[in-house]
Amino acid sequence: MKRAGFTTVWLPVALLLPQLMIIAIFFYWPAAWAVQSSFYLQDPFGFGSTFVGVENYTDLMTNIEYAKVARFTLIYTALVTFFSLALALLLAVKADAVIKGAKSYRTLLMWVYAIAPPVAGFLGLMFFDQRNGPLTEMFQFFGWDFRLGADYNSTATAMVIVAVWKQIPVNFIFFLSGLQSIPKSVREAALIDNRSASGRFWDVTFPLLAPTAFFLLIINITYALFDTFGIIDTLVRSEPGNNPVTLVYKVFVDGFRGNDLGGSSAQSVILMILVLALTVFQFRLIERRIHYT
Amino acid sequence: MAQVTLKQVRKTYPNGHQAVHPCSIEIPDGELVVLVGPSGCGKSTLLRMIAGLEDITDGELMIGANVVNDKDPADRNIAMVFQNYALYPHMSVAKNMGYGLKNRGASKTEIDAKVQEAARILNLGEYLERRPSQLSGGQRQRVAMGRAIVRDPELFLFDEPLSNLDAKLRNQMRIEIRALQQRLGVTSVYVTHDQVEAMTMADRIIVLNAGRVEQVGTPTEIYEQPASTFVAGFMGAPPMNLMTAQIAAGRLQLNEETVLPLDPPAIALETVLVGYRPEDVRLGGDGSVVLQVEIVEELGAHRLLHGTLGGQPFSLSVGKDEQAATGPQPITLPRDRVHFFHPERGSRI
Repeated sequence: MKRAGFTTVWLPVALLLPQLMIIAIFFYWPAAWAVQSSFYLQDPFGFGSTFVGVENYTDLMTNIEYAKVARFTLIYTALVTFFSLALALLLAVKADAVIKGAKSYRTLLMWVYAIAPPVAGFLGLMFFDQRNGPLTEMFQFFGWDFRLGADYNSTATAMVIVAVWKQIPVNFIFFLSGLQSIPKSVREAALIDNRSASGRFWDVTFPLLAPTAFFLLIINITYALFDTFGIIDTLVRSEPGNNPVTLVYKVFVDGFRGNDLGGSSAQSVILMILVLALTVFQFRLIERRIHYT
Repeated sequence: MAQVTLKQVRKTYPNGHQAVHPCSIEIPDGELVVLVGPSGCGKSTLLRMIAGLEDITDGELMIGANVVNDKDPADRNIAMVFQNYALYPHMSVAKNMGYGLKNRGASKTEIDAKVQEAARILNLGEYLERRPSQLSGGQRQRVAMGRAIVRDPELFLFDEPLSNLDAKLRNQMRIEIRALQQRLGVTSVYVTHDQVEAMTMADRIIVLNAGRVEQVGTPTEIYEQPASTFVAGFMGAPPMNLMTAQIAAGRLQLNEETVLPLDPPAIALETVLVGYRPEDVRLGGDGSVVLQVEIVEELGAHRLLHGTLGGQPFSLSVGKDEQAATGPQPITLPRDRVHFFHPERGSRI
């Protein structure tokens, strides 16, 4: 195939410039600021700052509180990712098998997608309300003294449930379209080759969904790490206290509530490196291995 | 290996569309039967009902001595070759072929042996570790065949397996599939819309039209004795010439000038459809029947003369050594090659 090219360097650069400027202003510049301020200790009242080298980082590494938040974030991310993927896959497989009223059924399952994270958090507050929240009552019925905002595990559970609930529709849409892109005849061939429905799912359907699933895995990890901020903020009513929070929320709390901009910046730099690593992982290791055509 | 029996099998879709009208077919053990017809005639639906991929609305389907209406496709002991091959894209060629065996509890050594044997028959030996995406269309088709034969099924089902291949490969695979089927002696049902494929491959042909069986017969019977104008027109290229003739005073006439030198059929009708295969008509004659040739089509091995006879379209095929020109040409209509059909029902008289 013949490739069309530009004769000069300047035209393509000029065409790319608006996009590059947006990225530079809204991403690279603040990122650079964060990196720079992570090496300084800011005066809490904003009067000046002192260069402290890597002290902000070494403080973090020895900080027990930070290690605790990091461990919670890890567990939280694993739980949210696993349950939102697994439940969405289950729903997608079932929705795919529905013949009558399939469209309205699917639309209903996608609705939650349109809800903003803080609104999801508010809905969570209502569900987990101490006096008349239905889920609180359910937990209490099973003998668990559920106290959102007062008890560490209760809050953690609520955070996971709301975050999973919010993410399921996104995963559902991707899984459903992935399922529908599997050729009908391949499924029929499997129907002749294997009498067990679960065997067919794990041998044929699931491997063919793997590209979708790996893509969603990365998306969901990123979601659990970063985009659940709004949900957490609402559920802990912006006053985390002894409640569990994630690393991103801690950046916010330390930087804007604790006025420790240097430490907070160091934390965001670590998160940036984490995202970078995830991205590299996605491109290098996964995308290469799971394409069939 | 088994014979397949359909008793009054019928398919009606929930929206009321009758895809297959009640039909009874018996396919003897070891025969290759071709279901042929235009698209939408119900041939694929019929095949998919035999496979178990579509429910049978009514009637009874037997493979061997068992009624299999309510059996899962995997329990019918059939193998199917799909139009777009339907290979598992994430499995190697060997795994594709062995998957059905594995699920039937075959041992690893047994699977290996069968896959090797199939690969040898189909010349796929060097491709066993490749993925389907690394193969050409013809090779994929062979893998699909291999997947069918490793299982030693009682019945092969082919759903237009050659229609995605180019013409040259299609001719070659046609012969290969036929040879393989005869060697293995497995009863087969083959669906196609291509009448050449039907003629060349079939032990018996079932011609379907709008969900009904028009005719069942050997390729020769179908060609020589078409049961209806539909079969006459569908099988054979170019199709049979069909002309409407008046029966008046014991004579067959196309119009005032043209009287066919034939005895009309002994039936109380005013008009009748007269059919002639293009290659059954000869150039030259006593001048009583004259074809107005308008176009001469050169096909290499033979020529087609298209024109009108008594005002109705008529085509004639002659060998490459015969001279052909446009304009009036006397022709001979052999008495023993004529076909008569009912003018309304289209059925053979």
